[in-house]
Amino acid sequence: MLDIIVSGLLLSGTYALVAMGLNLQYGVARIMNLANGEVLVLGALAAFWLYTTAQISPLLTVILVIPVAFIGNWLIYRFLLTPLVRRSKSQGQLEVDSILATFGISFVLIGIMVSIEGGFFAYKYLSEPISILGSTTSLNRFIAFLIACAIGIGLYLWLNKTRSGVAVRAVAVSTEASGLVGINVPRISAFAFALGGAITAVGGALISTFITLDASIGVVFTLKALIIVIMGGVGDIRGAIVAACILGLVETAVATLIDPGLTLAAAYLIFILILLFRPQGLFGRAST
Amino acid sequence: MKPSGWGELAIAAFLVFLAVFVPFVTNGYWLSIAVTTMMYVALATSWALFSGPTHYISLATGAFFGIGGYLVGSMMSDYQLPFWVPLVVAPLVAAGLAFLIGIATLRLSGVYFVIFTLGLAEMIRNLISWIQNNFLGSRGLYVLTDLRDHHLYWMLLGVAAAVFLLGWVVNRSRLGFALRIIGNDETVARHVGINTAWAKVILFTTTGFFAALVGAIIAPRWSYIEPNQVFSPQLSFLVVIMALLGGAGRLWGPLVGVIPFTIIWEWVNVQFPNQSTLFLGLAFLLIVYVLPNGMVGRIEQLHARMGRGRS
Repeated sequence: MLDIIVSGLLLSGTYALVAMGLNLQYGVARIMNLANGEVLVLGALAAFWLYTTAQISPLLTVILVIPVAFIGNWLIYRFLLTPLVRRSKSQGQLEVDSILATFGISFVLIGIMVSIEGGFFAYKYLSEPISILGSTTSLNRFIAFLIACAIGIGLYLWLNKTRSGVAVRAVAVSTEASGLVGINVPRISAFAFALGGAITAVGGALISTFITLDASIGVVFTLKALIIVIMGGVGDIRGAIVAACILGLVETAVATLIDPGLTLAAAYLIFILILLFRPQGLFGRAST
Repeated sequence: MKPSGWGELAIAAFLVFLAVFVPFVTNGYWLSIAVTTMMYVALATSWALFSGPTHYISLATGAFFGIGGYLVGSMMSDYQLPFWVPLVVAPLVAAGLAFLIGIATLRLSGVYFVIFTLGLAEMIRNLISWIQNNFLGSRGLYVLTDLRDHHLYWMLLGVAAAVFLLGWVVNRSRLGFALRIIGNDETVARHVGINTAWAKVILFTTTGFFAALVGAIIAPRWSYIEPNQVFSPQLSFLVVIMALLGGAGRLWGPLVGVIPFTIIWEWVNVQFPNQSTLFLGLAFLLIVYVLPNGMVGRIEQLHARMGRGRS
């Protein structure tokens, strides 16, 4: 029982981080990014590849990945998604277009990753047992959790305490109103999208230290991140953290008590309960 | 729609009549391509019945198709039932599931629906593998029938023709009109008194029914059924690409997309098996950036421009 709680909570740290990344992309830039999971896997591939070919520590890769993923996602937003934002007449139209475009991007990324590494991204890093609260877990899970927390807290402080963070939150509330008070909405949107992508890639590099991924696993992570974002309420960081804990705990419980093959089914069960009873998110108010 | 609807129907009937003779003029490789094509025609057209007017992108096709194939395997292999039993049961099961999913997700915004359908095939596959391993014992599921490729082709042609006829009827009905209003502006639709959720749920249920029927019909082709093989998420994406490539706004739009895409897809899979995913991604990008209304939309645009040039 304690084992489930400890490893479930450790897992939810990285889930929360990835969901924060998606939240920035969907909540601020208003792009439903279904290539999110592939960006995550790309981060994992970078960690795997640098570790196995050049013995670069995955913890260093976490730092290296930030600027690369930021620039990559910025380019995607600027050249592939901005034309869609401009041509769409309504939010619904943009949603359909961005869903299809990001599907395209995700398949292209999978195609590229398969040609780099077709098998599993299997490597061993810091897989030594450690004991937390009397429960044994591995060191890499614990370190990934700590880094995820540090980045999450940093992001939270930045959004709430700084001027640029306020601008980002303003765009999340209303693009029109924030344009009126002199915020450069296209720039902030591109920045939020790129930052979200960078955070997701970091999450991927962290996850790869304790879960073995492969090139086509991205969609599962996209789905989990989306479920967390919807459960927590779009744009709600506190909600995302609580939701990530719920998902991490339930998944770990199902995997240890019933069958590891049923984690996705467990995520779906949570998803359907949310859709039926709290579609506005755990802490959201019902909209009219 | 236009009063020329009857003319459209006559052309469609003539094409179906011609298509009946395909197995007599070809066999082997091209007949198997024809079966695949007909399978996608039925899937993509029934997909567009729902997703065309509403713009809700459904990725559930693979899940319903898999239910069709899996039930055929399970019922014939585990319970020794004749082929026609799952052929009747599977579409009803899938329609029931589609109905429940529709009720849960279609009251909300389209994004939730897409996300829900995104992992559906994978989730059902996990669930079935688990049930099979723990309760049924992991036996192989064999589908042994006397049906050959040309039988399957005719059955699929029948399904495709039925989907077309249904689409034609729906287009001319109050339901079709309601769906078009929902697709244009859902708020307006609600204000003029359309029960938007019901209209969407009914059409989505129909799509689920046909996808499972197609999955059940095609099952004898494999003779050995495995959950991993029938619940293919890729199928859902292929159907979306084909329908949108042709143009989901018209009933015959998907047909225009399916035929070239199936042939190119077969070729890509043989020539560049490792690059097929990349190709799929490029096809999506092509649709979004170059052909937002599909090939049919582009043809109509050119037609309109030429018409203006003459006058």
